[in-house]
Amino acid sequence: MNSKVNMNQYVSKVVRDIPPSGIRKFFDLVTQTEGVISLGVGEPDFVTPWHIREACFYSLEKGYTMYTSNLGLPELREEIAAYESRKIGVNYSPEDEILVTVGVSEAVDLALRALVEPGDEVLVPEPSYVSYSPGTTLVHGKPVSLMTYDADEYRLRPDILEAALTPRSKVLILPYPTNPTGGIMKHDDLKALVDIIIKHDLIVLSDEIYSELTYEGEHVSIASFPGMRDRTIVFNGFSKSFAMTGWRIGYACGHPEIINAMNKIHQYTIMCAPIMAQKAAIEALRHGEGEMKKMVENYNYRRKLMLAGFKEIGLSCFEPRGAFYCFPSITSSGMNSEDFCEQLLKEEQVAVVPGNAFGNCGEGYIRCCYAASVGNIEEAIDKMGQFLCRHRKG
Amino acid sequence: MELEKRILRLIENDAQLNPKTIATMLGEDEQKVVAIIKRLEREKYILGYNTIINWERLGDDGVTAMIDVKVTPEREVGFNNVAERICRFPEVSCVYLMSGTYDLSVIVSGDNMKDISWFVSHKLSTLDHVQSTTTHFILKRYKQENFVFEEPEQDKRLVVSP
Repeated sequence: MNSKVNMNQYVSKVVRDIPPSGIRKFFDLVTQTEGVISLGVGEPDFVTPWHIREACFYSLEKGYTMYTSNLGLPELREEIAAYESRKIGVNYSPEDEILVTVGVSEAVDLALRALVEPGDEVLVPEPSYVSYSPGTTLVHGKPVSLMTYDADEYRLRPDILEAALTPRSKVLILPYPTNPTGGIMKHDDLKALVDIIIKHDLIVLSDEIYSELTYEGEHVSIASFPGMRDRTIVFNGFSKSFAMTGWRIGYACGHPEIINAMNKIHQYTIMCAPIMAQKAAIEALRHGEGEMKKMVENYNYRRKLMLAGFKEIGLSCFEPRGAFYCFPSITSSGMNSEDFCEQLLKEEQVAVVPGNAFGNCGEGYIRCCYAASVGNIEEAIDKMGQFLCRHRKG
Repeated sequence: MELEKRILRLIENDAQLNPKTIATMLGEDEQKVVAIIKRLEREKYILGYNTIINWERLGDDGVTAMIDVKVTPEREVGFNNVAERICRFPEVSCVYLMSGTYDLSVIVSGDNMKDISWFVSHKLSTLDHVQSTTTHFILKRYKQENFVFEEPEQDKRLVVSP
């Protein structure tokens, strides 16, 4: 075909209309810069614990290289059931209420495809992870932003949820602890939403991928409230808690009819999650807790270090209680998020992510990941301090 | 003791962490951390601070050996007297009491093999109660005190990701 033909016209309208990822653009900029200290990553700085990697090698040596059942290996589903029962106090049957997926990303996509009719509204708290809104658009649903605020510690307020409801509201996403803010929803915060959710007959997609990274109190799942189990799909995985991002292994737990619907799509598109990653996940759940606790303790130390550093250089930041991000306000610089990040990269070779990459209400903020070495965190904060001194307005 | 242990776990892996950083990471007062570390040093919970150096990369030809030592235990003190005597030699860096076919494991360093063989034949074997020794020379170091000698692990993550 002639290269001058506009091939873009062949791309479906729905895909064409999805705006490019704000992170992608910034990523290109960072890769062109030398000697960068990056606080821009969205994954652990630990390598997967050795015993988990070793379990994967062993399974390969034993010849586990084939398909598994669509739902995932039965032993893995049993371990997941035991884990969820232990962690959130909700029991799921390994037979038909748990689906193992290629990362939580696949699970969220399956759920949206299984639930959303064209025009249905999916309520997405913002700022939040980048894929919920495009995922909704791809199934011809309508993403509706629910603003969350610094002053509320990025909890979803019941009045904001209620005000956004329409007769087409169908799905509510609850991604707590949240990327990029580190906000969490405690028991009472969730309780305040339950009546509204039940009254308006919403289905909740509870993305709990950061649940183990909760630094104050225990993580609470909305699925554990009376009347919520069957209308909630709980998502979790191994990426953040066991430092297994590249393995792409996650899962969904929920009512058998919904899991069955998701599995219908999964079996025709993915078939099953890779068996080696499933084998590694079994090892993680059976023997990984000790190592995971050490990693969480380590994140917590660095969380405090970063927060104190921001305070010292005069960046105001609410105290994140989950995940591994700080989300300070940069309004004192007089710049918008993107300019701030670009200038900081150019002048100080420090990479952070503009807050508006996670929704419009992230404007005026930046996401800084503390899954970095103590030395790098301290050096990056020093450099940010010098940068602010030069640029602070007034 | 919980706080002491948390401090020790942090500096065990990085002796250079300064008290201010430690205090921030643990949510404690800096002066308190300084006082605890001083006390732990004084009371010999912290015995000292070492640096792990890759001398081989600097072209240093020093030699290290691990020596298995069989010892006749003494009434009342067991292996302690002999072990303490061995510890006094400055070329000895480690002495352990072992389970198994021999009793003490001794790590010795010298400028060359001659130094070590001289130490074994003149000093170690001649000690009272030492029955026999077996010397193993270290040929190459791969990992020591949690540090890998060749090719330190690189951060392989994408510099920016969602």
